[in-house]
Amino acid sequence: MRLGSKTRRWAGFGLLALIATVGLSACADNGANFLQPAGPIADTESGIFWWLVLGVSTVVFVIVTTWLLISIVRFRDRPGAPEAHQTPGNNKVELAWTIAPAILLFIVLGFTISTMFKLDTPHNSQGQQVPITLHVTAIGHQWWWEFVYPDQKIVTADEMYIPTGQAVEVTLLSDNVIHSFWVPAIAGKVDVIPGHQNQMWMLADKAGQYRGECTEYCGNQHAHMDFAVVAVSSDAFNTWVTGQQAQSTKLVEGDPNYQGQQVFLTSGCVGCHNINGTTAPGNKIGPNLTHFGSRQWIAGEVLSNTPANLADWILHAQDVKPDVDMPSFDGTMPPNPALSPTQITELVAYLESLK
Amino acid sequence: MAVGTIATRGRAARKRWSQTPLGSWITTTDHKKIGILYIYTGIIFFFLGGIEAALIRWQLSTPDGKLLRPDVYDQIFTMHGTTMIFLFVMPTMAGFGNYLVPLMIGARDMAFPRLNALGYWLLFFGGIFLYSSFISGSAPNAGWFSYAPLTECTPAALSQGLGSLTFQQQAAAAAQAAAQGGQGCFAPGQNADFWIIGINLLGIASLLGALNFIVTILRLRAPGMTINRMPLFVWMTMVTSFLLVFALPSLTVASALLLFDRHLGTHFYQAGFGGDPLLWQHLFWSFGHPEVYILILPAFGMISEILPVFSGKPIFGYTFVAWSGVAIGFLSFTVWAHHMFAVGLPTVAQAFFASSTTLIAIPTAVKIFNWVATTWHGRLRFHTPMLFATGFIAMFLIGGLNGAALGVVPFDYQITDTYFVVAHIHYVLFGGAAMAIFGGIFYWFPKMSGRRLNESLGKIQFWLMLIGMNIAFFPMHILGLIGMPRRQYTYPPNLGWDGLNLLSSIGVLFLIAAFLVFLFNFVNTIRKPADQPADPWDAFTLEWATSSPPPTENFETIPVVRSRRPLWDQKHPDKADWRTAAH
Repeated sequence: MRLGSKTRRWAGFGLLALIATVGLSACADNGANFLQPAGPIADTESGIFWWLVLGVSTVVFVIVTTWLLISIVRFRDRPGAPEAHQTPGNNKVELAWTIAPAILLFIVLGFTISTMFKLDTPHNSQGQQVPITLHVTAIGHQWWWEFVYPDQKIVTADEMYIPTGQAVEVTLLSDNVIHSFWVPAIAGKVDVIPGHQNQMWMLADKAGQYRGECTEYCGNQHAHMDFAVVAVSSDAFNTWVTGQQAQSTKLVEGDPNYQGQQVFLTSGCVGCHNINGTTAPGNKIGPNLTHFGSRQWIAGEVLSNTPANLADWILHAQDVKPDVDMPSFDGTMPPNPALSPTQITELVAYLESLK
Repeated sequence: MAVGTIATRGRAARKRWSQTPLGSWITTTDHKKIGILYIYTGIIFFFLGGIEAALIRWQLSTPDGKLLRPDVYDQIFTMHGTTMIFLFVMPTMAGFGNYLVPLMIGARDMAFPRLNALGYWLLFFGGIFLYSSFISGSAPNAGWFSYAPLTECTPAALSQGLGSLTFQQQAAAAAQAAAQGGQGCFAPGQNADFWIIGINLLGIASLLGALNFIVTILRLRAPGMTINRMPLFVWMTMVTSFLLVFALPSLTVASALLLFDRHLGTHFYQAGFGGDPLLWQHLFWSFGHPEVYILILPAFGMISEILPVFSGKPIFGYTFVAWSGVAIGFLSFTVWAHHMFAVGLPTVAQAFFASSTTLIAIPTAVKIFNWVATTWHGRLRFHTPMLFATGFIAMFLIGGLNGAALGVVPFDYQITDTYFVVAHIHYVLFGGAAMAIFGGIFYWFPKMSGRRLNESLGKIQFWLMLIGMNIAFFPMHILGLIGMPRRQYTYPPNLGWDGLNLLSSIGVLFLIAAFLVFLFNFVNTIRKPADQPADPWDAFTLEWATSSPPPTENFETIPVVRSRRPLWDQKHPDKADWRTAAH
């Protein structure tokens, strides 16, 4: 019958497509792909995928569908086909195919559990245990990430700097809804749950910038709650730390950014944002902007940090990222003022100067 | 008549409303009519859920899609999941159960016909209630598992207005606690209320149906129809019913507590007040995982009916197919936290749930092997129901394999809450449940309507569905692997996700075409005269022993059963099962 060969052909195409697409996808280096691992955890997890998940699944799939297809071709009804056997079953066969998958599944389970415990302890790519050398607290907000370095006394947002080759412990906190902290190229995800202080460790081998994402649905802008993990050498990391620790200052009249700072201080921005050394300290709901100019991203990676994008963001935050806490400063949301083109230019220049 | 009084003459002239075409459907307690109502309702909601799916795929077909605002997208994806689970698969399966169980066990109706009608109407109005939320623009928007505290809101009257000293002390303590966790209001609208109340209406409906099935199956079987001779669809309906009875209370409790939080000022899920968001997840998934099997076990039953008939053989390993279903039922209560590997449970606890997940894969594998073995040495007639049944095996196999993959915990850390999970659920529920439902519709349509759906159109529909679902859902595996989280209303263009998303959206066009072919086939067939004999497929079970469609009382005389295939015995007295088989 035609159907059988057609089915076989489709299955053949399907299988080829499967192998081709999965193979190609592994090459997609978008910084958010654990099949292009940048650290020992993701490396182990991608290994688990290739042989324990894809390998075993493919073998089982091929065996069962081949069996099914042979049956379809061989026993299809046609003139002269033999009568169906009225076999009600066979206990030996049943026993065999209960035990066989059980053995296979328990082998998989064994590797699963041993890998889980291996991933619990910080180690490097050679498998040697390494001490935690850096603590970072990641706080999930709706919808952006705040990063606090308690030992270095740094508070920043959207970008988490880590030194390569060193184990970092990340403490995950939320004071709102549940989020999930995922940096695919470095480590699997851990949920960020109010009232729970979840912790994870991570280690990046290779310097580079990796995409981080919120993977627990957390409201309207769940799609725009991304961050960047920037892994740099120890020296570069120390330089970054020193830079981030610097305080900002109140500018005096005559300074090129004096007007911009005045716009910042008088237009309502300080209701939600801090710039250390300039505003009254305290916990505010928006990101700390002390070193805003040094960051590459705005508001959960919704925009890259360029002066034009920043102006767009300040004027039309509600269009760029609807329902975000940040109001649009275009006069549509009183009492937040409409900022004039001059004010915007001055404000943007000031914020971008905060390296 | 001359002897009639005025009153009786009036009664004769005006038929009672319950005898009119519309009235007879609305007032019916006949299990067959109620079954058909369930199936119609399920298909209508399948259509609505399909429209939502199409909107989602339209939005995601290109990066930075502008079709839907994020708040609208959230409602659409929540209602898509809620609809397909609670308003398509569950009612349709309940419909098949209602129609078939009494016929298959040789009974005249369900044990409690009026309770049966009540269950249907609760479902009907529950569905309308859920969808009425769109009128006020406040459809549920927190996903089909509505995680707290995204669904939480402390009622304003309670958090401000009381003013007593004790309350202020409490509030001060709460504010302090909030530093360590969340409180506040993340869902001020009525969206979550619609979800809670709607889901509970549907839950009551399912519970009534389940109790009715259990009593019917245990008490109303025809003489000789022992438990061990029941058709496997009846077995699976029974297991499903027990799952519903034991799993639904968990959902009821979870959602009631959420309702209390939202309106009475309790704080079960609010960390800032000493509650715990994880309580919701444990309660929800101890319903939610049995629920997955509530959706798929009846499909297993349907496949176990269709495959033997079109293979011309008895099911291979009846006892193993039946008891693997029971094993799945039991084990389904032990695996809930495999939905929660990322929440930070202790590693030992995760190892436990990885193990139970491994165990539940074994009976599932046994079922698949027995289905394939049923076709072996058969004489396979590839009518449309058989196509769907074999398609089901292949697609459910993929759904089983990528499901077992989710139990490989280190892998799960990476791909949970990504599009990989979306791929998994669609292979199981579309490739599994929906394939079985359409197979079942083609198989039992002659019985229900006396008419047979067009075979060529059926085959076209099958191939469109099979190819379409693979184009739509296979790329989602890869999207998950390369980092795309689920439930995003949009995504940026530079991540290599565009092509696969577009491909997936194209697959939906095939599925829409398949549904339109089905609709055309249905409308075309239903207008023709009923011409089908009692047993058009040369089948084995009792529903085919009576006319198509059956009379109100189902059977003129209650049949006596001597084996698992009573109709085969009747047609082949010399080769009757009871002559050869021990059971």
